[in-house]
Amino acid sequence: MTAKHSIIAENVVKHFGDIKALDGVSIAGETGKVLGLLGPNGAGKTTLVRILTTLLKPDSGAVSVGGIDVLRRKQQVREIIGLAGQNTAIDEILTGRENLEMVSRLYHIPRPAAKRRAQELLKQFALTDAADRPAKTYSGGMRRRLDLAASIVARPSILFLDEPTTGLDPRTRIIMWDTIRELVSDGATLLLTTQYLEEADVLADQIVVIDQGRVIAEGTADELKANMAADFIDITVANPQETDKASQLLRSLSDKSPQTNEQRGHISLAVESGAQSIAEVVRLLDAESVQIAELNLRRPSLNDVFLSITGEEIVEEEAKPKRRFGRRRSA
Amino acid sequence: MNLNTVSVAASASESSIFQRFIWNFADTFVVMRRNLYAYQRQPELVVFATIQPVIFLLLFTYVFGGAISFSTGGDYINFLLPGIIIQTILFASANTTVGLTVDLSRGIIDRFRSLPMSRAAVLAGRTSADTLRGLFTVLIMIVAGYIIGFRFEDWGSGLLGLALAVAFGYAVTWISATIGLFVKDPEAAQVAGFIWLFPLTFASSIFVPTRTMTADWLRTFAENQPVSVVANTVRDLMTGTVNPDEIIISLLWIAGIVAIFLPMAVWRYARVASR
Ligand SMILES: Nc1ncnc2c1ncn2[C@@H]1O[C@H](COP(=O)(O)OP(=O)(O)OP(=O)(O)O)[C@@H](O)[C@H]1O
Ligand SMILES: [Mg+2]
Repeated sequence: MTAKHSIIAENVVKHFGDIKALDGVSIAGETGKVLGLLGPNGAGKTTLVRILTTLLKPDSGAVSVGGIDVLRRKQQVREIIGLAGQNTAIDEILTGRENLEMVSRLYHIPRPAAKRRAQELLKQFALTDAADRPAKTYSGGMRRRLDLAASIVARPSILFLDEPTTGLDPRTRIIMWDTIRELVSDGATLLLTTQYLEEADVLADQIVVIDQGRVIAEGTADELKANMAADFIDITVANPQETDKASQLLRSLSDKSPQTNEQRGHISLAVESGAQSIAEVVRLLDAESVQIAELNLRRPSLNDVFLSITGEEIVEEEAKPKRRFGRRRSA
Repeated sequence: MNLNTVSVAASASESSIFQRFIWNFADTFVVMRRNLYAYQRQPELVVFATIQPVIFLLLFTYVFGGAISFSTGGDYINFLLPGIIIQTILFASANTTVGLTVDLSRGIIDRFRSLPMSRAAVLAGRTSADTLRGLFTVLIMIVAGYIIGFRFEDWGSGLLGLALAVAFGYAVTWISATIGLFVKDPEAAQVAGFIWLFPLTFASSIFVPTRTMTADWLRTFAENQPVSVVANTVRDLMTGTVNPDEIIISLLWIAGIVAIFLPMAVWRYARVASR
């Protein structure tokens, strides 16, 4: 199986004190494919990525990357992987160019080649103009790009990107998607974490959904969405007391019964085609003179996936009876 | 799934012991340069860190000089400057404690740890950069000393003394690094980096001859602890006395400190870093 799967985790368990960050997670990322790790805040995505990239030791379980046992041969694993973590790992004081050259040198790339590679990457990530400014003057999007550039300096065959588009504006996010697609076009294996179904849908060949340290679903984007509507219409009625009435009126538009929140007057309707149904919604409610305060059409969200898998909404991490410690700075 | 199959990539990446040995130095050099850039780009930090010991030197010479020359039996500046050089080097090592904890709290450490670089290089790059910075400060102090009347008896032995002082400073940065790796928090490091230095600095022969200390236990400690041993040797060398026994004992202290604290720091770094 080693040749077929470049990223393997088996039954990985990791505790932080009382917190069970990973509760027996198994994943298998196919060589040359993109594996999307989808989950809400606190699901354990970063913990798993850190374990796979030698930064963290699991309590139990087996992990291998590129056929190499991560727990026993860390140094060898580091030679073939690239990592862009959730928090950008760049040196603020150095310039963008110096950052890339330093990383090259630490991969033991000879100096002239390191200089060339830095130049090449600065161009590829549109950082040429800012190349000789200290990285602390960079915007969030520029930092992400520099971090991503640093992670592919040595052309790794296996790449880990932890929420590469979080905090980017929609336009930059789409540019980032293109960049990521290019990175894997020549055969690299990629593990990508995200909180957005849409992102996993666009980029990943295979998706693993995790929540509270467990795998709750896996498959292709289409498989995950198969038992889910294509679009959602969110309606807020002006008078919350009419929520029930409105929901009855709209029943015929969907196979599934609408989700409602009577206090706020929210109704969420799963439909085959949003564009067609939205006119129907307005017509049906207008006919019975139910006033609409707000009307939104949207694509299925991670929360909708959760609803369709577990029948429950995402548990907000803050609401869990767990304590949160100063995380991330585990180094 | 079988995790025991070692792929071709794994065996191809085995490198010779010699090569890895060389890479230790190459990686250390890269990290050291990064730290020196950081100092170069915060000149105010270096300027104040340099002015402070010069002010010390002036204060001690002119405020205490008259009183202390009775017991030193000569020019106090010739007694003081070698001592204050050691003091400066000791206090400069606190930078290592603070700098390392700051490094650990920054994102860049994850980058270092995910690279196939030498494991000791992050630490050695820090200790060597801080040692160079210490050397820079000491050179400025020697210039200041010359202006107010200090003279090397003999340049050859004087420079040997300087080299010994810097080597001692390098050894001490490994103690500081180890402390930093236990403390971990940059704020706490501000204190932890310094406190252990006070007794070693003041209960020593840096500022006053140890024979003037009245309590027996204190004098015994002060006469034998490494800071005094090294300070006396450096002072002798800078004032033209070459005493091979003294030099060997100092070198043994330096080697002993490195032999204990370098592996301890590297061990601790691996632990801290893979919680
Ligand atoms: N160093 C740490 N110390 C204590 N708890 C931690 C640490 N790192 C993670 N945790 C906890 O482990 C759980 C999983 O965290 P993790 O960072 O893996 O989640 P995530 O899926 O990456 O979330 P996000 O989307 O917010 O990045 C959380 O409850 C978190 O608080
Ligand atoms: Mg995360």
